[in-house]
Amino acid sequence: MRGVKTDHRALLDSKEFQQLLARRWRMSLLLTFLLFVLYYGYIIVIAINRPFVSRRIGQTMTLGIPLGAAVILGAWILTAIYVVWANRRYDVEAARLRDRLHHS
Amino acid sequence: MQTTLGTPTVSAVLFFLLIVALTLAITYWAARRTRSTNEFYAAGRSISPLQNGLALAGDYMSAASFLGIAGLVALRGYDGMIYATGWLVGWPALMFLIAEPVRNLGKYTFADVVAFRLRPVPVRIAAAFGGILTLVFYVLAQMVGAGNLVRLMFGMTYEWAVTLVAAVMLIYVLFGGMIATTWVQIVKALLLLFGVTLLAVLILAQFHFSPGELYSAVAARDGQAALEPGGLVSDPIDAVSLGLALMFGLLGLPHILMRFYTVPDARAARASVLYATGFVGYFYLIIPIVGFGASALVGRDLIRRIDAGGNMAAPLVAELLGGSQFLGFIAAVAFATILAVVAGLTLAGASALSHDIFTHVVRKGHATEAEQVRVARISTVVFGVVAALLGILFKGQNVAFMVGLAFAIACSANFPPLLLSIVWRRFNTMGAVCSIASGAVISLTLIVLSPTIWVDLLHRPAAIFPLRNPAIVSMPLSFLFGIAGSLLTHEPAAEAKFDDEKLRTYLGIGAE
Repeated sequence: MRGVKTDHRALLDSKEFQQLLARRWRMSLLLTFLLFVLYYGYIIVIAINRPFVSRRIGQTMTLGIPLGAAVILGAWILTAIYVVWANRRYDVEAARLRDRLHHS
Repeated sequence: MQTTLGTPTVSAVLFFLLIVALTLAITYWAARRTRSTNEFYAAGRSISPLQNGLALAGDYMSAASFLGIAGLVALRGYDGMIYATGWLVGWPALMFLIAEPVRNLGKYTFADVVAFRLRPVPVRIAAAFGGILTLVFYVLAQMVGAGNLVRLMFGMTYEWAVTLVAAVMLIYVLFGGMIATTWVQIVKALLLLFGVTLLAVLILAQFHFSPGELYSAVAARDGQAALEPGGLVSDPIDAVSLGLALMFGLLGLPHILMRFYTVPDARAARASVLYATGFVGYFYLIIPIVGFGASALVGRDLIRRIDAGGNMAAPLVAELLGGSQFLGFIAAVAFATILAVVAGLTLAGASALSHDIFTHVVRKGHATEAEQVRVARISTVVFGVVAALLGILFKGQNVAFMVGLAFAIACSANFPPLLLSIVWRRFNTMGAVCSIASGAVISLTLIVLSPTIWVDLLHRPAAIFPLRNPAIVSMPLSFLFGIAGSLLTHEPAAEAKFDDEKLRTYLGIGAE
């Protein structure tokens, strides 16, 4: 194709590059899906089942309070999972592919 | 209780002067390192992930979220906590979907990413328009908030307060560019996190460090209903629409996206989002304690009497527990927060004007380095002065909806073209312009027709559009217009460049 150097072309067409992209988006979309379940799930539970969220779990504390905190903590944990995955897996493979370009 | 709010106390003025002196010293130091465009817009890409994480969090934790959400929890109980969670969930989405591509593809602004393989003139004009529209509403809300806040806390007149904010932040941005703006943001973020933590510890100490006792005190004073969901999420569609705007609005905020260019590479950008998510998450976990503490210890009546919106809940509980010294500290931190956020917004607005419009539209990418820096500084003054004038013009207006409006425009006009340009080969210039224009026009129109403006501000009997937040309609429509505009036209040059873009997006090859 026009404008793309041959070694770049070979890299783009390689199975490894395409696998890397597929893996990256699978991971991103899976985590985005879990984030949606976590946050919009919380909102929808509040909207349709108020008594459940208002249930007391202490003397006066309602279940809703730890639920809200769990949404925040859960969102941070999902972010951390992505970062650990990207640092350990994605970056290693991306560096390997970049090297191949320099040595070919 | 007796409160000294509204009269300038020695400690408030002292803390305020201390913060201003410190930030001006930072600016002096930064000014000597700010000569090139790379330094002015992107701090020479020298910021570390931890520093950038703090600066990102600082950009996001505005006085509105500190004082506003504490007040919301104090006056409306658990509903305020639901609202607080919504402010965090954009951060993971930012990480998963666009943080690394935005870092790899851009240079100084998010418009760089959208325009990467498209025709620069129309795309830059459209993207700068979407970006500036977002920033103007955001900065207007900050300015009006600043005027009211400083009047309440320091007893200064509204006009003087707005002018003072504009003048001090202009010094940061003009002379110190992104380096000063980043460090001011870091100082402010640390002060804010420290202040909120101290406040929460002092509150919990009143209840033997048992949250259960705090909640019991809230229930005893305001009823068990304060710990249960109230009216905020009565309509699930409106609640999800607000959630969408908060979540994806973050992914279209120009001043946040711009911060990714201050770190050396995508790996550093990734780490900085994790830090930012940690700081912002911690902040929103702590704020409800402050709000509940205020309602239990100060009481809703007094909070409402000082400010009907509840914005003074946190300062009042600070005064009750730590005396006028602590109140002075919290007031100064709130003021520093406004200064830093307005500085970040102004820098982003100035780069849209100078980098996107002047360099790439007027000069077609051929402007000398010295000329670009000069125009960037002129744009800074223009944006800052306009922001101050708008702030004074809107004195006494209810602007609480404007932050929501900024998020609605950001998620409808800025985020869709950004995502489409990264993932879709067929996306082209027509698609980008359609997506930005439709997103901006639709979200703006629907907000005017919504209960927020049509009923609350214009006092019409019934709203034409039922939802308070348009995101659930305007964001999908913007995607749809972007896709339709692309499919109706052909731009082989844009498609041909997609392969090069992919190498840069995913491997960082050629990234600046």
